[in-house]
Amino acid sequence: MAAFDNVDVKEGVDQETVDAVREVGGAYKYGWNTEIEMEYAPKGVNPDIVRLISDKNEEPEWMTEWRLSAFQRWENMEEPTWAMVNYPKIDFQDQYYYARPKSMIEKPKSLEEVDPKLLATYEKLGIPLKEQMILAGVEGAENMPAEGRKVAVDAVFDSVSVGTTFQAELKKAGVIFCSISEAIREHPELVKKYLGSVVPASDNYYATLNSAVFSDGSFVYIPPNTRCPMELSTYFRINAENTGQFERTLIIADKGSYVSYLEGCTAPKRDTAQLHAAVVEIIIEEDAEVKYSTVQNWYPGDENGVGGIYNFVTKRADCRGDRSKVMWTQVETGSAVTWKYPSCILRGNDSQGEFYSIAIANNHQQADTGTKMIHLGKNTKSRIVSKGISAGVAQNTYRGLVSMHPKAKNSRNYTQCDSLLIGDKCGAHTVPYIEVKNNSSRVEHEATTSKVDDDQLFYCRQRGMGEEDAVALVVNGFCKDVLQALPMEFAMEAQQLVAISLEGSVG
Amino acid sequence: MALAKVTQDETDARLASLSMPEGGWPAIARRDALARVQSMGLPHRRDEYWKYTRPESLTSPDVIPAAVFDASDEAPIFATLDALNIVFVDGVFDADQSDDLAQTGLEIERLENAASADIHWAQDIYGTLETAGQNPVKRPLAALNTAFAHDGILIRATTIVERPVNLTYIHKSDRSDAMLHHVIKVEQGAKLTLLESGPAASRFNKVMEVSVSDQGEFHHVRAQGRDHERRAVTHIFARLGEESVFKSFTLTANGVLTRNECVLELTGDNAVAHIAGACVGDGEFHHDDTVFITHDAVGCESRQVFKKVLRNGAIGVFQGKILVKPDAQKTDGYQISQSLLLDDDSQFLAKPELEIYADDVACSHGSTSGAIDEEALFYLKSRGVPASDATDLLTLAFLAEAVQEVEDSNIGDIVTERMSAWLARRKR
Repeated sequence: MAAFDNVDVKEGVDQETVDAVREVGGAYKYGWNTEIEMEYAPKGVNPDIVRLISDKNEEPEWMTEWRLSAFQRWENMEEPTWAMVNYPKIDFQDQYYYARPKSMIEKPKSLEEVDPKLLATYEKLGIPLKEQMILAGVEGAENMPAEGRKVAVDAVFDSVSVGTTFQAELKKAGVIFCSISEAIREHPELVKKYLGSVVPASDNYYATLNSAVFSDGSFVYIPPNTRCPMELSTYFRINAENTGQFERTLIIADKGSYVSYLEGCTAPKRDTAQLHAAVVEIIIEEDAEVKYSTVQNWYPGDENGVGGIYNFVTKRADCRGDRSKVMWTQVETGSAVTWKYPSCILRGNDSQGEFYSIAIANNHQQADTGTKMIHLGKNTKSRIVSKGISAGVAQNTYRGLVSMHPKAKNSRNYTQCDSLLIGDKCGAHTVPYIEVKNNSSRVEHEATTSKVDDDQLFYCRQRGMGEEDAVALVVNGFCKDVLQALPMEFAMEAQQLVAISLEGSVG
Repeated sequence: MALAKVTQDETDARLASLSMPEGGWPAIARRDALARVQSMGLPHRRDEYWKYTRPESLTSPDVIPAAVFDASDEAPIFATLDALNIVFVDGVFDADQSDDLAQTGLEIERLENAASADIHWAQDIYGTLETAGQNPVKRPLAALNTAFAHDGILIRATTIVERPVNLTYIHKSDRSDAMLHHVIKVEQGAKLTLLESGPAASRFNKVMEVSVSDQGEFHHVRAQGRDHERRAVTHIFARLGEESVFKSFTLTANGVLTRNECVLELTGDNAVAHIAGACVGDGEFHHDDTVFITHDAVGCESRQVFKKVLRNGAIGVFQGKILVKPDAQKTDGYQISQSLLLDDDSQFLAKPELEIYADDVACSHGSTSGAIDEEALFYLKSRGVPASDATDLLTLAFLAEAVQEVEDSNIGDIVTERMSAWLARRKR
């Protein structure tokens, strides 16, 4: 916080501003740990562990088999090395693949029965469950508490608070929103049909590992011609040490439906790196629309690059139906290493994909993120707006693909990726791939790299702002195209996050 | 790391088909280059750097025959200019057609003749810039050239040389497999213009190493010949000193496969580098511009302008990268790659990259692809311009931004003339 102390009084900044900045400052806010008794599976990954996870989730045989075949594939795959990230080799056998609070072994029937420590955890995370629900209409069924075992908790916390009402309301609308483990038990026909249909079990190293060992995640089904009556949300938290989190999310938007889905995540400060490898699959049928917004705020490691989450995520949306639409919005502020490319397969004619991203890398963070827009259908449209900000000694890479297949006539893509460098020790990189295979489509790509404009900073400082405030303001301005695409309650959080993430990067 | 078996076999086969010239000052550079090829292996289509262009026909031991094209409907492109003419036929120096190599202000020799000397100014450059250009991306075909090219031109400009040097490459045999390695040194405050034209051979591998000293200027304009079946892989490796200027423009019309790599390193403050390319392709045509510019000094400017007009299944590739090192503050980097697809069968594949480690920079790149602007076409047609003329007009306008990078407007006009002639012939 040295930077703040230097700035405030000396600059004669009005005290309110200083306090406000202090408030959002304090580096990583979510770095505390919940002391709770845990139940772990033995360390490492092997077919027995895969079976054990499957058992714990009370899965049917076909699911266990699916996992085992994925595991078999994974054993013969090689870790990808093409991303611009460097980290020590991960020992995949030196991690726990399953951990849950002991109080969750017996599924609590209501919130009263839930370990108060878990409830307090969420309270403290600043997800004031009730408030949030009132404010955002968040259903919250899908709260992965401390240890990645969210099954019980989501049901529990739903049944206590307004959740039940919402659950009933969702049910009335025909919406299924539950944990994926519950879906495997309760809606096997849907899971069987869609799981792995967008991100096959053999897709890539991390997705394959996830297919074998995913412990939980969310499942959403929106029936035809239904507008999901509220926004659905998942909050992920890693708490246990040396434990990898592997969640799997499957969202199905049937014909003519609409849903907006929010995802958030945090983890405690620990000085060993932790692994997170998630898979998100979205299937969008005719005339349906899905908005998927993420604020990724995993623990980024300390200012010396110790600890943090290795975030290897595969997210893909398949716009199967004509006129279907998907919008990915992400604010990436956390994680020591990010490897993430939310993609759109625009299969249906007139389908649309959008990707809005802010990636902030400070200190020793490394982010390699972007998107793929695969245009297969006629008259498909895609738009990419990516804002990368690097500070400290961080490396930030945009990596993307826009592919116009020969049959994707009259399609359109617009890509804009801008990078901002704060300080002369960091790096900003752009690696776009553009493949155009028909001439009725138009593809435009623009990228710029610059530093925070001195004139703008001077202007802000002249009006009494501290330097860090000024930078945060300018950066927020730089990000505004993306911030505007976020749902309201996320936009507020994201703006604050931008300021926090950059803390200490000035001067 | 050991090479993959298939790469090893292919590399061995190619090396077995070549003979290394012996003796003289280049001997060490050649041996080192051979070692580089052996450790890197020749490019393979699984290599990320060859993602969009298949290298097999460039690496095979045997050359794929390419019919000699009769271009007698046009005089050689730079024939009207007053220049020092040097002619190679299928990669072999032709003394009869070439001028006397003695010219004021210019030291100019053939590699084959100069190599027998014990010491030579070119020794510091030959293979050195190529080696520097192997990092971070390997370019085995350039190292192969350094090891095995028997001939080439060594030019040292010590003053402002008004009269351009004009290299003409004639293709005569349909099985010719040529390699040339040029070394150019522009001394402090000197200036040189180099012209290159012609198809050169059925398969042509050319490396040009260019060292531009402080305040030096190097201008390069080339036109790759019209032979439909020719294949070429060319590399330019250039190092730029303080306040030096490097400008290179390439016109490519036809050719079944062309890969032009340009690797520039701006090592002196306030250096300027512009590289541009215009290519027009029809039918079986694959054109790849691969550029890597490293900014390693303060206040440098680099500009890349690449335009491609493609039809009947022609493929255009652009891989361009700007790397700004941590101390290269005040860098101004610009890159644009655009393609005009005249029909639905053609493809444009691009990978425009930025890698930036300095904060006080302004770098941008843009890339677009699409058909002719319908509204512009309609406008011209409504003013009575026939559709096909209007298309040509708009195509030339599209290419103009690249041609503007040619400093000498006379040469620029010649290039434009060639492009419109190419378009006119397509209509017949």
